[in-house]
Amino acid sequence: MSLLELRKLNKHFGGLHVTNSVDLTLRAGEIHCLIGPNGAGKSTLFRLILGEHHPGSGDILFAGENITALKSFARIHRGLSVKFQVPGVFKGLSVRQNLEIALQSRHRGRELEAEIGRLLAFLGLESEQAQIAGNLSHGQKQWLEIGMAVSLKPRLLLLDEPTAGMSPEETHMTGEMVQRLNADGMTVLAIEHDMAFVRQVAHRVTVLHLGQVFAQGSIDEIVADERVAAIYLGQAHA
Amino acid sequence: MTGLLAMFRRLEGPQTAGRGPAFWGLFALVLAVALAYPLFSDGYTVGNTVYFFVWVFIALSLCLIWGYGGSLSFGQTAFFGIAGYGYGILTINFGSAYGFTLVALVAAVAIAALFAVLLGYFMFFGRIAGVFLGIVTLAVTLMLERFMAQTAGPEWHIGTARLNGFNGMSAMPPLTIPWPGEPIVLFADVGLYYLVLGLLVFVYLALRILMNSSFGNVIVAIRENPERAEMLGYDIRKYQLITFVIGAALAGLSGVLYTVWGQYITPSSMGMTAAALPLIWVAVGGRSDLTSTVIGTLVVLAAFQALTIYGSQYALVFMGVLLVLTVLIAPNGLVLGVMNWLGRIATRLTQRAG
Repeated sequence: MSLLELRKLNKHFGGLHVTNSVDLTLRAGEIHCLIGPNGAGKSTLFRLILGEHHPGSGDILFAGENITALKSFARIHRGLSVKFQVPGVFKGLSVRQNLEIALQSRHRGRELEAEIGRLLAFLGLESEQAQIAGNLSHGQKQWLEIGMAVSLKPRLLLLDEPTAGMSPEETHMTGEMVQRLNADGMTVLAIEHDMAFVRQVAHRVTVLHLGQVFAQGSIDEIVADERVAAIYLGQAHA
Repeated sequence: MTGLLAMFRRLEGPQTAGRGPAFWGLFALVLAVALAYPLFSDGYTVGNTVYFFVWVFIALSLCLIWGYGGSLSFGQTAFFGIAGYGYGILTINFGSAYGFTLVALVAAVAIAALFAVLLGYFMFFGRIAGVFLGIVTLAVTLMLERFMAQTAGPEWHIGTARLNGFNGMSAMPPLTIPWPGEPIVLFADVGLYYLVLGLLVFVYLALRILMNSSFGNVIVAIRENPERAEMLGYDIRKYQLITFVIGAALAGLSGVLYTVWGQYITPSSMGMTAAALPLIWVAVGGRSDLTSTVIGTLVVLAAFQALTIYGSQYALVFMGVLLVLTVLIAPNGLVLGVMNWLGRIATRLTQRAG
């Protein structure tokens, strides 16, 4: 069963065709990785799914409902959640406050305290809870934002380069975190450049190139595809 | 009962400086001194203190919108003026009998708030942010000033209330409380002092509770990262609008109390200088904290008034210098800087004692 369906999604910025008739279907329960060279339109596609940009034409269906015209916050209420490329935490507030703000619309009082505790443990940030979020290491900020995103208990989690700037160990831990979330029933769509991470978590991979879906399949199929190797080396139209 | 208790617990929290018995003991002491102060002072000085208190409401409004919400409104004086003129027009037309001045106070604040709903709707739902918000709000207050300044002719009147152009509107009745026998008229001395002090304490405590509530959490979240706040499912436009309207009501309250205090209001109260001064008070005090804003505003106002003895232009130059120094030395505010420093010392002492 499909959870997210993009139908002929087009987005222009002036003369630049950033996404060109993108068709993409996400199955409920899968971890799907979106890869492609810089400028392929991956982040723009995320912003279209989230409602930060509006497509020139095409439709976005989430759990069978057409959400193309909905505002961002309304899409979040439907069950979408995101971790941005640049860590989007509330830098001037404590780690605890960051999580409280994310959780307070669903939980109150003691239940809220318990949820914050549970999330801190999941993220391994218990000893940093009083720390100002801006002072965390880059990896910890990434985790905090993932924590805020998953606190909404979304049906679809969008991760834009969740391991950017992380060490190999941190990357592996992030992969395990994503797998645990997926095991709990969360569908994940991740933009990622780190192929070790993609290999660790992805059920399916879509390659985006020049705003179009270029290839799709398992990681082994994608790696074996010579055309994909060529676009990464800049020889797609050679 | 538990709800009430939870509300009072929010008097303290991460969004407001000052906590624990030491802080509230000091608060009670300051309040006791403020309550006893008129008994040991003359009517003029008490009236002058009321004048200082009156401005604290507009400073708090800016603290809320700018310091907590992150939206720099340069035009809080627009709401100040609208409410001030509103009170004048209502009371000049309908008089002060049957406690109408109190109704006029509330109505004038409501008119300012309603204007903020309209203006705020177009700004926040039109996604105007950052410096453009400052430009729009400044333009609105300057437009209102220009408009009111050209209403000198006799054709400019609402009912029996003449708008009077640049000379402003005057002779509106002071606040009058109906009382068996003789109504109590609150002239700008002891009577008005206690009313304004009471309002100030109420607004200060109410804002502390509001900012430490889940609503306050969202407001500071929007200041820190509006995109993230929206992606947590908050309709940030609504939160920004509500904050803007509460701020406008507070600025309006300042305007009505100012009009009541001096029994006059002029277009210059919405002009460039008037619009810029609250920014300086709030920036110098510490825009992201209520207590720092209150202390900073009172100190800077008292210093400003003392300096005007040597000439008001010198005092304005001093204000400019003060703002530059604040931005360079303590961008989060001088008073807040000192309060945080004292807090750190207190923590160190308790740790050593423990």
